[in-house]
Amino acid sequence: MKLVTERREISSPLLRFSAPLISIGFALFVAGFLLLASGVNPLEAYREILIESLGSLYGLSETLVKTTPLIFAGLGVSLAFRMQIWNIGAEGQIYIGAMAASGVALFSGIESHGLMLLTMFLAAFTCGGLWAGVAGFLRARWQVNEVIVTLLMNYIAILLVDYLIYGPWKDPKGFNFPLTAQFSDTARLAEYFDTRLHSGFFLAVFVALLLYLFMERTIWGYQIKVIGSNPKAARYAGMKTGMAIFMVLFLSGAIAGVAGFSEVAGLQHRLQHGISPGYGYTAIIIAWLAKRSAGGVVIVAFLMGVLLVGGDSLQLLWQLPVAFVYAFQGLILFFLLASDFFILYRVKLIKGAADA
Amino acid sequence: MLEILLDATVRAGTPILFATLGAIINERAGIINLGIEGLMLIGALAGFAATHSSGSLLVGVSAAFVAAFAAGSIHAFITVQLRGNQIVSGLALTMFGIGITALFGKQLVGLTIDGFERVAVPGLSQLPVVGKAIFNQNLLIYLSFFLVAAIWLFFYRTRWGLAVRTLGENPAAADTCGVPVNLYRFLAVTSGSGLVGIGGAYLSLASTPMWIENMSAGRGWIAVALVIFAGWSSPKALLGAYLFGGITAMQLRFQALGTTVSAHILQMLPYFFTIIVLVISTLRLQKGASQQPESLGLPYDREDRK
Repeated sequence: MKLVTERREISSPLLRFSAPLISIGFALFVAGFLLLASGVNPLEAYREILIESLGSLYGLSETLVKTTPLIFAGLGVSLAFRMQIWNIGAEGQIYIGAMAASGVALFSGIESHGLMLLTMFLAAFTCGGLWAGVAGFLRARWQVNEVIVTLLMNYIAILLVDYLIYGPWKDPKGFNFPLTAQFSDTARLAEYFDTRLHSGFFLAVFVALLLYLFMERTIWGYQIKVIGSNPKAARYAGMKTGMAIFMVLFLSGAIAGVAGFSEVAGLQHRLQHGISPGYGYTAIIIAWLAKRSAGGVVIVAFLMGVLLVGGDSLQLLWQLPVAFVYAFQGLILFFLLASDFFILYRVKLIKGAADA
Repeated sequence: MLEILLDATVRAGTPILFATLGAIINERAGIINLGIEGLMLIGALAGFAATHSSGSLLVGVSAAFVAAFAAGSIHAFITVQLRGNQIVSGLALTMFGIGITALFGKQLVGLTIDGFERVAVPGLSQLPVVGKAIFNQNLLIYLSFFLVAAIWLFFYRTRWGLAVRTLGENPAAADTCGVPVNLYRFLAVTSGSGLVGIGGAYLSLASTPMWIENMSAGRGWIAVALVIFAGWSSPKALLGAYLFGGITAMQLRFQALGTTVSAHILQMLPYFFTIIVLVISTLRLQKGASQQPESLGLPYDREDRK
């Protein structure tokens, strides 16, 4: 008896669509053992996650609050994925976007509500874009590995924000805590239903729609896809691949930067440490799970929002560290990669081939 | 002064050196491993936990190797046997490592152990300037010296080393010659991962003998960049790791001297410097100063052989 694998002539459509769900299922199963090992009943924990995140209107609003930055960052990362470019730096771009928006909110002195928000938005967009654009430039000009550059710049971005909130931007009336002063009302997004849900969420869904139209209905979107799937053919067709790489990373970082704007203007109303507890890393999983489609990003971001809200409550109830969510996300990715194999290949058990 | 700085350089560079050596073994066999950061954490936690419960540093270092070896086997299985995307699998490994060490490390926060201590080599440690930095160090540092030489000898002076290098250059050719491609790639990824784990254990058993959540603080990523700087060669990895050790040592020195420059700005230096070094080594790479393994990052499927 022997196990052999052979390539499927057509990939199994049933598996292709169910793979993300199956992967999450397996990840839940394995994570259950991790929970058991740390003395928590996994069934109770999972029930708690669902109740906290979806069981009430308030819970649902909290889930949408967490979904918001995940949509922005997920869209940014998935845009770069379309061109086979890895933007692992969404985390840093969120921080830089938040920093730029906060700078405008605190120091510009603009008095019109609309103009203030627009300026904050543009500042976050531009600075997030330029931050990622550094990696884009290095990659386009000298083929420098963008995975490492975008990732290392996360550490720099977080330290930069720390420098500001521990130093020059620290609120003089803040009892020496590392945070800036609160924004005035002109620099805040609208909130709804007496919850923390803010208009950033609708902006995120709107950006997803725009990005869908950009990718599917414009020549630029088409070029990005061609360059991603076949750079040689793209160059042969006269597309400027270097410029495209820079632009895509710029746009990718810009959208992630808007997540930072949405977090400070809609939720936190000030710049402080830990403005993003790893949204930028979760965004990588979202982009991969969503198979790079903008609509998929919104759906998967919501699922991850459920997980994050649930994770917070596990921390409160059982003192589980927040980083536990990372272990779970890693497991999802492992299983998703494994499921890709079964989409492309068939595993067969051949009996007695050797004996005959 | 110089003597102290050199000593601090070696001590700060060693964990990165182990990690870079492990990553080189991975990439020589053609597999990119972006899980280094997670593997370091797994090694750091396993090493600390085992030392704490057994009281033996040897048990701790072995546990770090075994734990990272086991975690690396997930990456190996996905990228080698299942031919999955190496970048995504590596990122997943890093996330998994950060998460699982935070979970299981929680009970160990605040505990202490007796870490590695200096063992002077009689005579040589009295040498001026370099004596203390090279010959009055802990056993893990001596182990790293040994590994730099051993890995170089393995790759350039043994049949197996040649076979592993061929896997990174042209796995189809290796396959034709009867090299068990998947098995060797699997072993390269797992044993390389094990070394990365020892680098992590250096942090929790020698640098600061305790467990701190996320204590690798990006060193794994610096190691990934250093592989390119080192041109996939272990002696140059030593050079690169000490370069970073030197920057870290100077940065700490500045802070200790009470400079007016913010600590946050100083802490950016190693990351900033890594990016610059990465750009320079990429340029040198293109000029042919060293060669990236030809099949790095590509899965191997016998059916695709031309």
